[in-house]
Amino acid sequence: MRIPFIYNLRSVAQRPVSTAMTAVAIGLVVAVFVAMLSLANGFQAALAKTGSEDNVIVLRKGANDELSSGMSRETARTIASSPHVAKDASGQPLVSPEVYVLLNLTRIQGIGFGNVVARGVEDRAFDVRKGVRITAGRKFTSGASEVIVGSRIATRYQNLNVGDSVEFGGRRWAVVGHFQADGSGFESEIWGENEQFMPVFRGQVFQSVIFRLADPAAFDEAKRSLEEDPRIQVSARQEQDFYQSQSAMLSQILQGLGIMITLIMGIGAVFGAVNTMYAAVASRGPEIAVLLTLGFKPRSVMFSFLAEAAIIALLGGLLGCLITLPINGLVTSTTNWQSFSEVAFAFRVTPLLLLQGLIFSVIMGVAGGFFPAWRASRLPVVQALR
Amino acid sequence: MKFLPLILANLGRHKRRTILTILSVGLALFLFASLRSFGTTVDTLTKAGSDSRMVVRNATGIVLPLPMSYAQRLAAVEGVKSVSWAAWFGGWYSDPKDFFANFAVDAASMFPMYPEMIMSDEHKAAFMQDRAGAIVGVDLLEKYGWTVGQTITMNGTIYPGEWRMNIRGVYRAAEGSAFDEMSLMFHYDYLYEGTQRTTTPGWFYLTLHDPSAAPQVAATIDAQFKNSNAATRTETEKAFNASWFTMFGNVKFLLMTIGIAVVFAILLVTGNAMMMSARERTAEIGVLKTLGFGSGLLFALELSEAVVIAVTGAVLGLGGAWLLWANVGIFQQFLPGFKVAPSTLLVGAGVTLGLALVSGFVPAFRAYKLSVIQALRTVE
Repeated sequence: MRIPFIYNLRSVAQRPVSTAMTAVAIGLVVAVFVAMLSLANGFQAALAKTGSEDNVIVLRKGANDELSSGMSRETARTIASSPHVAKDASGQPLVSPEVYVLLNLTRIQGIGFGNVVARGVEDRAFDVRKGVRITAGRKFTSGASEVIVGSRIATRYQNLNVGDSVEFGGRRWAVVGHFQADGSGFESEIWGENEQFMPVFRGQVFQSVIFRLADPAAFDEAKRSLEEDPRIQVSARQEQDFYQSQSAMLSQILQGLGIMITLIMGIGAVFGAVNTMYAAVASRGPEIAVLLTLGFKPRSVMFSFLAEAAIIALLGGLLGCLITLPINGLVTSTTNWQSFSEVAFAFRVTPLLLLQGLIFSVIMGVAGGFFPAWRASRLPVVQALR
Repeated sequence: MKFLPLILANLGRHKRRTILTILSVGLALFLFASLRSFGTTVDTLTKAGSDSRMVVRNATGIVLPLPMSYAQRLAAVEGVKSVSWAAWFGGWYSDPKDFFANFAVDAASMFPMYPEMIMSDEHKAAFMQDRAGAIVGVDLLEKYGWTVGQTITMNGTIYPGEWRMNIRGVYRAAEGSAFDEMSLMFHYDYLYEGTQRTTTPGWFYLTLHDPSAAPQVAATIDAQFKNSNAATRTETEKAFNASWFTMFGNVKFLLMTIGIAVVFAILLVTGNAMMMSARERTAEIGVLKTLGFGSGLLFALELSEAVVIAVTGAVLGLGGAWLLWANVGIFQQFLPGFKVAPSTLLVGAGVTLGLALVSGFVPAFRAYKLSVIQALRTVE
């Protein structure tokens, strides 16, 4: 027969200080766990959502990223004329040859400069790339020295408000709008017209060509036909895959670091839980003996004490989750070393992550409670009652 | 001191609890020391650059080059002693994901600027004579198992194709300098010719006659090129390195916050254990008081127990971190020279002391205040 649950609840309430200290210790571990993983989560989400599955990014063969790539106008034209490129209603190919550079801009907060991506796009980029929305001001006009700024960086660097003008590449650019792109990495970029960016940066080369697939299922075929085309030296990748791979290293490091830190911390907290539970068992010897005498099976006693440890840990887990809730949505930034550019992203505390945190706390509780509970169930009745 | 056996006996009563508490203190301080070491290592690297050398780069962005003609104009600026130039190559060796710094330098002008780069005269001479020669840092040489004289193929990303280079020399960093030992350098002219003479320098190095003139020199240079087609940003090497490390963002703050959370969590664990021990011994304290032990002495005894636990844990944790990071180099690729700084050990010692005092105070104070009657009556 099971020992009523209320017995555990009352026992926990009996030792409020000790319970609270153990619970808070576990709570802090859970808080660090959730916070670190929400950081990794947010970073991954920002880059994984960058780009679309239906789009293809073409780089020069051998280039691992947009920064080191470079293709001529001729190459861009050849790609645009491929039958795999989707066409819009008026029969124009949905393709955007792009110029990509890193700008050195002055931060608003703190010292120093950051590397911000400037992307020169074709007007059609807004059709090729779904989800890019102007949130303030307007789009840049073709032929003018105008740029629009991603919403994530607009508040982090100087002179990026709508109406400001920003200087780079020896020219002054009017900031005419801000844009959002579903929280993706594009929100950390500055966009202007490719034909305007080209002469001031790296001359007559595009860094990448993005196009929408005519048939989203035919990526492999499109890739083969482009890479085997003798006129051009390119490699083609699915746009989303490409940006995801750009984020792989850093999100692995963040995740690894988070798990390592919480694991070490968790072991410390489990030791604390072991102490608390042993003390609980030791001080309740006669009580346990009574339970056993009453006919409760040792198994029930063990289960009961495990449940008690789990309750304490769960209390802590809940506390830890509560602590981390306010950081959800907090925007921070780091440099993505694979592209050397700064990416701003938000902490993402997801329900799944909170659930994982709670599960982690219960595991800590059960791990800490196991041996004390086992000891309780094996207590020699006569001795304990004396 | 004569009470030491009593303290140890008390600690030995619940061996398991004592050991677990010591271990959790040890783990906490290990984590604390490791996390803090990120910050101190970044700080060391930030300060690594020299105050007397300057870096001139394109003001628009680090990936944009500067014209070669700037070399002469820079040399003519008042206060400038020597000028050298370099270009980022950005190639990879066996795996594109395995990053290491590799760039083309003008060795004749660069070597005299970097006395902290230690290389034998034979290696230097062999490198200078071979147009396709390369020199590598000792760590990089070991990483790939290269030998001097070997021909390696670097794969270009910015400069496409396969580039064959002969390793002609190995360099080390002078004692105490943070010069990177994970880099590959080769001749600028080799890159220039290999790209049909289209490459131009990515940045210039300068040395000054008088390092204190750095701000004026920077201002003069940047003003001179402000309206040319490639404006410059000139700063001391130290400032350049520092701005590079601001790209880490708030990592330092994040790690320190976690460090504080770790310490706090363990404080709770230790404090809890201490209080449990004290509560179980309430009657005993009554007996000791009856025997004539003063309140002050009992206060000290209780506190000493906490100190013994915390100090033992600290020795394990801080010592462990110090030993581990001195011998295991898993972070070397991102943070060369990652190790526990003496200042971290000092702060760790402070944390230990605080931990002992805070966790020991409540039970100690309780022992101090407890009246004999009350203590003896208590049944736990």
